[in-house]
Amino acid sequence: MNDDAEIVTEFLVESHENLDQLDRDLVELEQSPDSRELLSSIFRTIHTIKGTSGFLAFGRLEQLTHHGEDLLSRLRDREMTMSNDVAEVLLRMVDTVRALLDSIETSSVDTDPSVPVEDVVTLLARVLAGEPLDPDASPVTEAVGEPEPEPAPEPELEPEPSLEAVADADPEPAPEPEPQPQAAAPTNEPDVDPVLEAVAEPTGDEDPTARRGVVDASVRVDIDLLDGLVQLVGELVLTRNQILQRTDATTAASDDAELVRAAQRLDLVASELQESVMRTRMQPIGQVWSKMPRIVRDLAHQLGREVNLEMEGHDTELDRSLLEALKGPLTHLVRNALDHGLEPPADRVAAGKVAAGRLYLRAFHESGQVVIEISDDGRGIDPDKIAAAAVARGVITREQLARMEPREIIALIFRPGFSTAEQVTNVSGRGVGMDVVRTSIERIGGSVDLMSTVGAGTLCRVRIPLTLAIIPALVVGEGGERYAIPQANLVELVRLEGADLRQAVDVLAGAPVLRLRGRLLPLVSLSEALGGRRPDDEGGPLTVVVVQADEIRFGLCVAEVHDTQEIVVKPIGRQLKAIPMYAGATIMGDGRVSLILDVAGIARDRVLVSAQHTEPEARSGNVDSRALLVLEVSSGRRAALPLTAVSRLEEFSLDRIERSGSAEVVQYRDGILPLVRLAPAIGLPESPLTEDQISVVVHEDGGLRVGIVIDRVLDVVEEAVVPTDVGRRPGVLGSAVVQDKVTDLVDLEAVVRPVLAGALVGAR
Amino acid sequence: MSTATGVLARQYCTFWVDGLHFGLSVEHVQEVLRYQQLTAVPCAPDAVLGLINLRGQIVTALDLRCRLGLPPRPAGELPMNVIVRSRGEVVSLLVDDIGDVMDADELTLQPTPANLPVTVQDVVSGVLPLTDSILLVVDADRAVDVSTVPDPTTTGGPS
Repeated sequence: MNDDAEIVTEFLVESHENLDQLDRDLVELEQSPDSRELLSSIFRTIHTIKGTSGFLAFGRLEQLTHHGEDLLSRLRDREMTMSNDVAEVLLRMVDTVRALLDSIETSSVDTDPSVPVEDVVTLLARVLAGEPLDPDASPVTEAVGEPEPEPAPEPELEPEPSLEAVADADPEPAPEPEPQPQAAAPTNEPDVDPVLEAVAEPTGDEDPTARRGVVDASVRVDIDLLDGLVQLVGELVLTRNQILQRTDATTAASDDAELVRAAQRLDLVASELQESVMRTRMQPIGQVWSKMPRIVRDLAHQLGREVNLEMEGHDTELDRSLLEALKGPLTHLVRNALDHGLEPPADRVAAGKVAAGRLYLRAFHESGQVVIEISDDGRGIDPDKIAAAAVARGVITREQLARMEPREIIALIFRPGFSTAEQVTNVSGRGVGMDVVRTSIERIGGSVDLMSTVGAGTLCRVRIPLTLAIIPALVVGEGGERYAIPQANLVELVRLEGADLRQAVDVLAGAPVLRLRGRLLPLVSLSEALGGRRPDDEGGPLTVVVVQADEIRFGLCVAEVHDTQEIVVKPIGRQLKAIPMYAGATIMGDGRVSLILDVAGIARDRVLVSAQHTEPEARSGNVDSRALLVLEVSSGRRAALPLTAVSRLEEFSLDRIERSGSAEVVQYRDGILPLVRLAPAIGLPESPLTEDQISVVVHEDGGLRVGIVIDRVLDVVEEAVVPTDVGRRPGVLGSAVVQDKVTDLVDLEAVVRPVLAGALVGAR
Repeated sequence: MSTATGVLARQYCTFWVDGLHFGLSVEHVQEVLRYQQLTAVPCAPDAVLGLINLRGQIVTALDLRCRLGLPPRPAGELPMNVIVRSRGEVVSLLVDDIGDVMDADELTLQPTPANLPVTVQDVVSGVLPLTDSILLVVDADRAVDVSTVPDPTTTGGPS
């Protein structure tokens, strides 16, 4: 109920604003009756009011606007031309809409009999039918201005003369309305033409307090002004921090009790001011949601779906600019849910569900973020279908696919150029889909996740910060400077020392990686990312900030971790715009400038993005430029595997090797990992054992794992490799010169096939 | 903006860089500040010495010595900030010392002598011969543009 009242209030405010615009548009239209742009604008306004009134069950309002819309659409489509009659009727319709809105505002219903909806509908119908309103033409001005004996219950309600009566009263033809010189004032009332002035008159005359409705309870403020305020408050907060530092009792440089008290008061006031100012920019998400019933209704109709729309959390507020940026993506997600998610009623019934699908929108605040969930109980997303489409479209390679979790596969639909709609409808499936949604959400610092169960439905969760201007961030230190990492990118902090450090961090060919709960994360040292050299921290403790951006998760090694604080994001100059590592700058409590790191930018700059999710590489001729893992086998011989085929690197002590039939296996992650020794598999003698452990490259294929035993990993190279047929033999595709040395290119499939075949047989 | 052929600005804010006397049209100069603490920006173009906090606004500080291809400032000497406005942005030009504001009503702007290092010519739009020195008139828009610093092959200064 409360929600409803709120929606109605929003509807009223919005509609009043729209009507003011409409008045201006209509007047302008009389001057340029051919302007399609104006007609479209007017049409849209009426259309919007109609849509919402339908949703809110204001039947008379809907009826009225429906007829108005008819007339307008004829005009817009040039099936009718603008005439005085038409203009008159349109203006009258607008006035009546206004009267109905006022009636709704005071009595919450639109059934007030004093509002002559039916008369106007009749008039609209007559104009539509091409009948003249009156042989004497429409004597507008006098008519409306003429005092109406009937007392209107709402003071601002325009007197409601029926046009026929008016015509009788005044035989004088209406003057051409426009030639009067008018001040082109930006406000809505003064620049309306005489007709409307007359109409608007009663409003101006009344007691100002009588009409202190929803429209007047708020003030429209230029958004630049608000932005300016936010800026200033940001400064104030920083200055306050500086003062607090100096008056802090523990470090007190002064024992001026008055000053300390004043500083505390300043602290309080500044905090409250900050909160209030931020709130001025906050708007409830209901603003976007109020449009959803209509969108859903139309789409459902168009797509032949039955949908029950449920919405929760209308009053969840977020920053205005974010709300604006969210409209598009949310609408898109709703469309997707209807088009791809919910099945047609017949299919649903066949699947044992109720015919009407459920679309559930929910918004709430969670740990300083706004979470918006869009869920449906439709068919869900089938990872296999996605996977097949992704491979077919070259979004990923088969090897990459083999190593992906179902959740990662579902996330593929966010990749550019991806659409699985079997049939391109006019609603969705034109290939500009989820990637755009994700990009626009990430642009405002948010993230989007999909969870889906085949046959049961899909949940799309969008997280966005409350505001863009002030964000929580982790402050880290490096090279004497401090840098801020937005909290949104932060996953966890890991500190490693001594034995843990040696165990968790492997250096593969100079590239450090971190084993974190079974996952390999690339490690990037912040100082290196910032163009310095990697710090010489052999054995010393290592602080890793695990960050996530653009689907890539990696560890950022930093020298120090300070604290988490709210920072005011400020732009940086154009001289620095080209540097990908920075998202902006901020000012710390001590007045110094700190840079805000752009985690996604760092990932791109360090070419990490290719480590997990490579774009399909361009291959020309027989030049294969994929990254290779270069290994040593058979005491000094070199062999190479495509890096994409490697899911993990492990070391096992010799006593862990067990036998299963003729095969060597180790117990590995709750399963059995069959081993294949690479040297014999590619026709080389095995090297004598020198250590008490073996190095293993774990390869995964369709859920089956194979461990490939090697001597050691030499390097990861990303150079173009020209394979030759030299040295081709079972298990070897050929040789190539890698880093100036002849290297066997391992035919992975041939090497693992016997093992996998055995595993499959064993599985059956 | 002053150009070699354009209208002469009336007043110049003057300053010194490596013994050279430079002038910037006062319309471009917002203010002059003593040394401000700089926050270094790794990976930035060489001329960007850092960022300063100008009453809450973050301003990029460019070292004019570097921009002009002149030898670096001796250690221990702190630069001054000439805060200029250019194309809607505020940028700080770091200079050695601030001179007077100079009226140049009667003087005619002359073309930059062709034998000046190309890095200097890139930034200077002309010269004003004064009685005791020659004022090099800086084009603010050029000075703050670090994307196209010419190769300082003709300068004698160390890189």
